[in-house]
Amino acid sequence: MTPAGTIKRSSTLALVAPTVLIIGIFMVVPLGIGLAYSFLTAGPYGGVQQPPTFDAYIQLLFDRDFDGSLVFSPSYIFIVLRSIWIALATTVVCLAVGLPVAWYIVCQSPGRRRMLLFLVTLPFWINTLIRTYCWILILRDQGLINNVLRGAGLVGNPLPLLYNDGAILLGMIYTFLPFMVLPIYAVLERIDPRLIEAAFDLYADRWDVARRVIWPIAQPGALAGATLVFAPALGSFLAPDLLGGGKKLLIGSLIQMQFTSSRNWPFGAALATVVTVAILLIFAARARRAGEAMP
Amino acid sequence: MIEIEGLGKSFPVKGGKNVEALKDVSLTIGDSEFFTLLGPSGCGKTTLLRLIAGFEQPSIGSIRLDGRDVAGLPPQKRPVNTVFQSYALFPHLSVARNVAFGLEMQHVPTAETRARVRDTLAMVRLGELGARMPAELSGGQQQRVALARALAPKPRVLLLDEPLSALDLKLRKQMQAELKRLQAETGIAFVLVTHDQEEALAMSDRIAVMDSGEVQQLGTPRDIYDNPHSRFVADFMGESNLIPGHELGRDPALTIAVRPERVMLGGTATSRTKGTIASITFLGLDTVYDLTLTGGTRVRARRRDIGETLGLGDSVSLHWPPEAERELRA
Repeated sequence: MTPAGTIKRSSTLALVAPTVLIIGIFMVVPLGIGLAYSFLTAGPYGGVQQPPTFDAYIQLLFDRDFDGSLVFSPSYIFIVLRSIWIALATTVVCLAVGLPVAWYIVCQSPGRRRMLLFLVTLPFWINTLIRTYCWILILRDQGLINNVLRGAGLVGNPLPLLYNDGAILLGMIYTFLPFMVLPIYAVLERIDPRLIEAAFDLYADRWDVARRVIWPIAQPGALAGATLVFAPALGSFLAPDLLGGGKKLLIGSLIQMQFTSSRNWPFGAALATVVTVAILLIFAARARRAGEAMP
Repeated sequence: MIEIEGLGKSFPVKGGKNVEALKDVSLTIGDSEFFTLLGPSGCGKTTLLRLIAGFEQPSIGSIRLDGRDVAGLPPQKRPVNTVFQSYALFPHLSVARNVAFGLEMQHVPTAETRARVRDTLAMVRLGELGARMPAELSGGQQQRVALARALAPKPRVLLLDEPLSALDLKLRKQMQAELKRLQAETGIAFVLVTHDQEEALAMSDRIAVMDSGEVQQLGTPRDIYDNPHSRFVADFMGESNLIPGHELGRDPALTIAVRPERVMLGGTATSRTKGTIASITFLGLDTVYDLTLTGGTRVRARRRDIGETLGLGDSVSLHWPPEAERELRA
């Protein structure tokens, strides 16, 4: 190898190193630890200890009977399905709301755009826990909405707004909506306005333009947004715990419980691993489909 | 037929003021005419095109298409299609789907749409590329797709916004001929916007030379080239010597416009005008002589048959046939 080649290679290494380090420290190592913990035995006060075992994974699908035999139990599967259902619903509503919001922002003057984008990201400056608590103040029986409705004489008894699936959904949509708006905005912002003029010029009405031009071009952004919403929504536990009242478990709450009150770290790690693998499989399928769609 | 009357457009700018992009333009474009709006950037030619297309609403005046006032109609309600400077092809649709777009929006039956897409692609000589995506095409091919897309719905008028400016010289010449052919073949009125006077001369039936939001002169290419009415038109349409009257011993209020190819040097004709040769540029077919008149005015002569008889610093007499000059009062 020539000296120039050596220099080139070492400088390439130097350039790649930070990325590798960051991915290693923040992604590979924690995931590895999680995976390793899922194959260990729960310690009496949390933590993990030897010996290695598959118990955590067995626990996912089976209850251990009094005599030690395994009985199939779908309760955790139901929790996972319900979690997926709520995460999907969150994603769909975020998309339905985020797309028009992003389009509205794109249509404004540059100054107003900056202002509106700032407003979209404004909630990030306040802790999610506090923001979720605020929804309790708004939704509870003595809360803002019920007080206004009763003050106006519209309802006699307070509406049951809090501690149900609707409240969970609302809290999640509220939390994750910016993750949908921003990537869609990023794509829409780059649309050549001439494309829209060309569509109108070719006899398209507003609906045609939205459906035949804007939506197809916005799709990559919508897909990125859906990913950014669905993945954290599936593991979310704040909104389910606070707004759902913890009556019906979601996977995020379940995992969180294993590391706190239940003190079963291996089971929590196993649940987390399953969720991670499931999401990775969805991404892989998507990447493959996108790859096939390419000419 | 497009009849434009008293058309004006002002845009608000910062500070609450308005800028008049178009002032009181009136002109008529015939049914299968190749009409060109020619002028430097900012002269209002693109604004006029966008008003005809319907992308902008006029501040004042009327646009009638076949006798019907269309000034208030949105672009999708006008039988007018546009070829954009950037082509603006839909990046997510194949060539054939791009061309079919206007027909689909008009709910033309599928079988007819297919036939017309095929015919139009054949007309622009892209018959085999229907399945390609726009990103897979060269600039010249994209240009043809844009043309086919705008022609497929058979508009009454085709608007072309500097369609050739992104192409290289050779391709541009080729596409000029193509456009002429397409216009003759379809019989559709073409309205071309360009800042390239050569392009305008080569292609147009009539040209409107525009400056500062107004039509400076309107006529056939020959008429405008040979008979410019103003200093601006004389200068913009090809090269022109603009000689102050006093240099030629005439009314100082006049400016005399003469094309370089009409200026003759030396010879037997008596002329009081003399100049010194300041530079000689050999261009192959022609030789360009830059002369300085006694009053300091530069005059250019473009000659074909003078040989090597003149040298730098020579003092020669200049003259031209009387019909070659135009007296301008501005």
